[in-house]
Amino acid sequence: MPLFSLSNCTYTVCRTRMTQPPQNLKRTPLHATHIAAGARMVPFGGWDMPVQYPGGIISEVRAVRNSAGMFDVSHMGRVMFSGPGAEPFLSTVLSVDMSALTEGRSKYHLICNEKGGIIDDAIVYRLGPQRFLLVINAGNADVDLAWLQPRARARGDVHVEILTALTAMIAVQGPTAVQVMNQLSNGAASQIRRFGLGYETVAGIPCSLARTGYTGEDGFELMPPAERAAELWQALAREGVAMCGLGARDVLRLEAGLMLHGNDMTVENNPIEAGLERFVYVDGPGYVAARALRGIKAQGTPRVVVGFKMVQPGIPRHGMSIVSLPSPAPASGGHSPPGERGPSAVPSPSQGEGLGVGRRPAGGALVGVVTSGTHSPTLDAAIGMGYVDRRLSAPGSRFAIDVRGKLVEAEVVTMPFYSRKKT
Amino acid sequence: MYPSDVKYTKEHEWARIQGKVATIGVTHFAQDSLGDVVFVDLPAKGAQLKQFAKFGEIESVKAVSDLFSPLAGRVVAVNEEAKANPELVNKDPYGKGWLIKVELADSAQAKGLLDSGAYQKLISQPK
Repeated sequence: MPLFSLSNCTYTVCRTRMTQPPQNLKRTPLHATHIAAGARMVPFGGWDMPVQYPGGIISEVRAVRNSAGMFDVSHMGRVMFSGPGAEPFLSTVLSVDMSALTEGRSKYHLICNEKGGIIDDAIVYRLGPQRFLLVINAGNADVDLAWLQPRARARGDVHVEILTALTAMIAVQGPTAVQVMNQLSNGAASQIRRFGLGYETVAGIPCSLARTGYTGEDGFELMPPAERAAELWQALAREGVAMCGLGARDVLRLEAGLMLHGNDMTVENNPIEAGLERFVYVDGPGYVAARALRGIKAQGTPRVVVGFKMVQPGIPRHGMSIVSLPSPAPASGGHSPPGERGPSAVPSPSQGEGLGVGRRPAGGALVGVVTSGTHSPTLDAAIGMGYVDRRLSAPGSRFAIDVRGKLVEAEVVTMPFYSRKKT
Repeated sequence: MYPSDVKYTKEHEWARIQGKVATIGVTHFAQDSLGDVVFVDLPAKGAQLKQFAKFGEIESVKAVSDLFSPLAGRVVAVNEEAKANPELVNKDPYGKGWLIKVELADSAQAKGLLDSGAYQKLISQPK
């Protein structure tokens, strides 16, 4: 069994291992803490990050779902925009109604280019009338800043400050997270509403606390000064919060139906096909992507993102082909056997006939691609996300995933796969 | 971690030979490197395996690897418990985490496998 041999490593973690030489990787303020805790480290977005701790990914996922877990997310970009031009500027580049964003509140949104392509997904927080914090993906920090900074500079009335190196960021997530945070902040934490932001002392350390997260659980993302990050991490560990790495983070966010930029959407995708319209406001004054996005929405997209569950044994993974079954499959009960591969001359999605109307694709036709997949310990099932022909996107639709040469059947389900409300 | 009652391969499988039947699984090093195992794809009973040929796949949260048979023979048992609870491979790789049992085509093939000492030497060498 060749372990981590290049031919077998098809997943995001292994791919980045192959392309990054270790000596060029950036380190968070918690790097030494992770090494001391026995973490297995991997390159991610240009940083040397923990993928798991000795207990394993599944126990970390269970800790977040049953009590509380913490993640070092210091690698994510943190950028402050301030000055009289900050709000009008951000209205032009973020898909957010900035005038409706009140102080101490946040908004998940997309940074799109003038073609409507998704440069990154991000969260913006309003700290004051002319002060905004933008938190962006680590792997996109350089690209995002290359897009945003020249445009801000051209205005002359926006100050851009990169806070990433000055601060750390720790996400504390799980059903007991708020309780633990209250314990450490003398009750101040629970005064912050969901998607709100505050500034409190936690375990004696001044922090921004945002009640946001990427796991589908309640909790906080803490931003302490970099030099006090290890101290905060240890204080949380003493409260019984489990150390969790990127492996668990990826399982949790997928269970919660949350997308990962670079995996589920890239700059080649638009918000309409990515199923993210509800996070896109196009009416901001001078919004750069307004024209393109209105056009794409009016035209419709041949494919759209769906969530699916495997109904036969097998685990879907990024890059696997999605093919149609030979006959219209029933929404429940019984199943059609997965079809053989169809002829290679399959109409490309952009030429699709009669979007939303017309016959289903012929059996064995290539109808989509998997963008994320895993075994979910919480649901004890294999789940995934991918782009699929709109005619096969309704919940209950069935298709097959090509799992390394074997066709394995799957069924579309609504996302999130897991939510705390459902339990 | 590397019991002496089994033979090893450089692909990190082990074989416990009892008469004409060998029980086969993956080593402690394998399950540790893979991380939490979530899926094992095993052959059906009756399948004929060649020595060192691929007989299945083992998948963890973050990686997938091929399984290669240490010995040639006919599959006479498949561990359904390990298929239903793949974490057994992590918890008990040489016991409850066994994968298949094979009726040997040629017992002499065992001589070509590594003993515990030789396998441990192999895995401690820097790549």
